[in-house]
Amino acid sequence: MDGFPIFLRKELRESVRTNRLLVAVVVFAILGIISPLTAKYTPELLKLVGTSSDGATIILPTPTVKDAITQFIKNVAGTGIFVAVLLPMGLVAREKERGTAAFVLTKPLSRPAFLTAKLVSLGLTLTAGVAIGALATYWYTALLFTPTEVGGFIAASLLVLLSLLVYASFTFLGSTLVSAQLPAAGIGLAGWIVVSLLGIFPNIEQYTPAGLLDPASQLALGLTPQHLWVSIGASVALLVVILLLAWLSFRGQELVTNA
Amino acid sequence: METAVSCRSLTKRYGDVLALDALTLDVPAGAVFGILGPNGAGKTTLLRLLTGLAHPTAGEATVAGLSVTAQAPAVHRHISFLDQSPQYYSWMRGRELITFVGELFGLRGADLRTRVDEALALTGLTDAANRRIGGYSGGMRQRLGLAQALVNRPEVLFLDEPASALDPAGRHEILAAIAGLRSTATVCMSTHILADVERICDTVAILNKGRLLVSAPVAELQERYAQPAFELELDTGQGATAEQLVAALRAAPWVGDVTRQGDMVRVIAIDTAAAGHEILPLVAAHGAQLQRFERIRPDLEDIFLRLTAGPTSTPEKVQAS
Repeated sequence: MDGFPIFLRKELRESVRTNRLLVAVVVFAILGIISPLTAKYTPELLKLVGTSSDGATIILPTPTVKDAITQFIKNVAGTGIFVAVLLPMGLVAREKERGTAAFVLTKPLSRPAFLTAKLVSLGLTLTAGVAIGALATYWYTALLFTPTEVGGFIAASLLVLLSLLVYASFTFLGSTLVSAQLPAAGIGLAGWIVVSLLGIFPNIEQYTPAGLLDPASQLALGLTPQHLWVSIGASVALLVVILLLAWLSFRGQELVTNA
Repeated sequence: METAVSCRSLTKRYGDVLALDALTLDVPAGAVFGILGPNGAGKTTLLRLLTGLAHPTAGEATVAGLSVTAQAPAVHRHISFLDQSPQYYSWMRGRELITFVGELFGLRGADLRTRVDEALALTGLTDAANRRIGGYSGGMRQRLGLAQALVNRPEVLFLDEPASALDPAGRHEILAAIAGLRSTATVCMSTHILADVERICDTVAILNKGRLLVSAPVAELQERYAQPAFELELDTGQGATAEQLVAALRAAPWVGDVTRQGDMVRVIAIDTAAAGHEILPLVAAHGAQLQRFERIRPDLEDIFLRLTAGPTSTPEKVQAS
């Protein structure tokens, strides 16, 4: 792993200086804040709208902690996954496209170190985003409803993070396969769509990264989810396979010196 | 003589295109070695193979005694590479990039700072060192490229068109810096600019359509391709004397042809050695006054054009001694 610490430091600085980290943190912070707010105030907003034109009254149940958590998971499953899929599109592809991969890989920097540093940087960026989002959700949920159990909420956040990492890995694979950002993003989106289509089948969903989100909700609410370890195992296995494919694609790849 | 770079039947094929055709070449250690050729000759492919960015279809190559295919990571510790249109991390500052490269080579602390300052000073970038690379001009990026390539004091330096984006003053400075590396490093430089090669390279290889046409020291090539011709430039206002001199030259047994254009007299010799000895005494005997007398030596451009001109050119394998 020649050059790994030096290149990881460069990746982290790049993540900060190109605002990649900022975008991830802001998006997840917004998701974290609006989720409990939406759960709390949507019924009240609807009440303000008043009765329907035919005089019927809309009766909505009183919102609970469960609604806030469910809303957060839903938001992560939508916007959050979209961000996770788009975030890594240029990680490798842009370096290949511009010729900077050829520049650094003719130095004492091994290809495993190059890819691993990028993965760690991606993982840390997503972790920071999910942590801020989860913290915001926890804080606002405690303010607007009642505090949830911390351990369960942390476990739920870790499951959400694992799910996002699997989706991000599709784009990471795409980024190693092609030398342009948009096709890399296309591969990531295709992976997301395929996994989402598989999730339609009830017996298969638990083996997909989407299958981690229900157990996450249940853990956050202090419940014991079914198929928790099966879902974790399947997602970790999928993540490992995708990253292995990314390595196989990149290890012998010929690199261009410039665009 | 010790060899820094060695290629044996090095071949690279991209689909139907044979980019490099069984190239066998040795680069002596400490040389400033020019790789010449028209577009598509295989120069960049050769540099990509030698730096491990591409893999040969057949054959083998060593750099600093290490195989570029089997020992690529070890090779990277001994080399540096400058691309012809270098693109670096635009968000970094110049000094930051050189420091980053130095750190990849294991440099730390005061040694690293000294090397970075040296590289920036040598390439004239000290004043721009703290500016973002995104704001650098093409010429500044090329200087930065050379600075990053020098920070590790490489054994072998590969340069792909290192001065193509520079103005004449910048080119002069950078070429002087490259020439200054002679004996401390081996420089392999590909370029289209033959004047640059003539100025700093001691040995050249000329490639065409993926094949090596010739590889030899520049002086040896000039000797080899020298025409048996001499040029005399007379002082002005010697019309009658010049006519007599031309007549005497035409009568000499070692002369094939003589032409005169104003004050310039060109002599094509049958016997070059005899002509070299006899022309000046003949000039003196006729009382002609000379401004200049020289044996015509072809410049690299003449040799290059002769070797690469069309299908009639034949490969000539003169290995560098």
